[in-house]
Amino acid sequence: VSAWRCPGCGYVYDEEAGHPREGFPPGTPWSEVPDEWHCPDCGIYDKVDFEAAQ
Amino acid sequence: MEAVTQAPAVESELDPAATWRDPKRYAWLMGLIVPLSPFLSWGLVDATGLGALWFFGPILVFVLFPVVDIVRGLDSSNPPDSVIKWLEQDRYYRWCTYVFIPIQYAGLVFACWLWADGGLSVAESIGLLMTVSIVSGVSINTAHELGHKRASLERWLSKIALAQSGYGHFFIEHNRGHHVRVATPEDPASARLGESFWAFLPRTIAGSLRSAWGLERTRLGRMGRSPWSIHNDILNAWAMTVVLFAALVAVFGWVVLPYLLAQAVLGFSLLEVVNYLEHYGLLRQKREDGRYERCRPEHSWNSNNIASNVLLYHLQRHSDHHANPTRRYQALRHVDEAPQLPTGYAGMILVAWVPPLWRRVMDHRLLEHYGGDLARANVHPRARGKVASRYGAAAS
Repeated sequence: VSAWRCPGCGYVYDEEAGHPREGFPPGTPWSEVPDEWHCPDCGIYDKVDFEAAQ
Repeated sequence: MEAVTQAPAVESELDPAATWRDPKRYAWLMGLIVPLSPFLSWGLVDATGLGALWFFGPILVFVLFPVVDIVRGLDSSNPPDSVIKWLEQDRYYRWCTYVFIPIQYAGLVFACWLWADGGLSVAESIGLLMTVSIVSGVSINTAHELGHKRASLERWLSKIALAQSGYGHFFIEHNRGHHVRVATPEDPASARLGESFWAFLPRTIAGSLRSAWGLERTRLGRMGRSPWSIHNDILNAWAMTVVLFAALVAVFGWVVLPYLLAQAVLGFSLLEVVNYLEHYGLLRQKREDGRYERCRPEHSWNSNNIASNVLLYHLQRHSDHHANPTRRYQALRHVDEAPQLPTGYAGMILVAWVPPLWRRVMDHRLLEHYGGDLARANVHPRARGKVASRYGAAAS
């Protein structure tokens, strides 16, 4: 699995793309994203709530 | 509301426009009456000779809208679930919000010209200041709608809209702070039972600023950057305000600066009074794992009064907004489980300014919402004793 989806708004964190604006450059593995990180689009769900997208 | 399942778009689906019409479609253009109000006040003064009409902005929001809210009553109609996606994709609705911004700034320039060269008396200048402050505050609502969207254009427009009020940190704190901690004691923008608006105002201003700074410091820290950089969205948003005010002072002279500063403070104070009433006393319970329960419809005060809803892009359908923060305003729904305010936000602002009246109107509604159980409400720590002695007997 290399992508995880926010169960609320559908935002997808893709390891290949990362999220540079949030400080995760392309290639940042999901495991390096801190647990307390919230969905950057809706702010409702935390990393631990995310579901595998593939 | 827990995860909302989204039906995949089926291409063969019938065009929803053929079966459903949005009754509010053209009403949204009414929202533009607010940024137009500096021009309208000028026109009304010119036509009637009544200098008092420089106060057109406050008259509109604090007299006309509350009256229309009461007279026209409620509208709880929802777009059917099947059209939500289609409705969100209709670009007409987003243009209604984009157009707000050039009108907003044309009005600000016009007002600066009037303050500098318009031959207004002090009282008339203050009237115009109040009108501009209303635009400033309501523009934060427009920025709010735009700042929640994924498109970078809309996020950028959100920042532009916030430049007038100097509240550029709002779109950081609101999206990543307030939405995460809403209806908890940790949220500076969620008001507590027993907390007057006047006590809430400094707490939310300072707390939101502190929280926004912390969020940007953390984000930039992950990149190995200092928060003292132009990449800090708080600083670059404030820089827009500095450039804007400096340009207006350069063109119109120092005389406009006090007005610019005053309209910013009054503008964001107007936003904060809306924040005050949106979650007053509501509390998410802590789960066994120490995390707060998910924000549910019962954690926001809603209203279906039509005038305020049109004025504020359905902001009063606040429960659905917190359940689906990226959902566009035209598609926000009334939710039956949400606690309802006795009137629209415009009228409730007036109530919030008078704490004894606010307590009289709201505290019993909050207690009824929680079945009289004070322990389930977000009680202001400093007011705990007072609240317990006032309502403790009723709480069993």
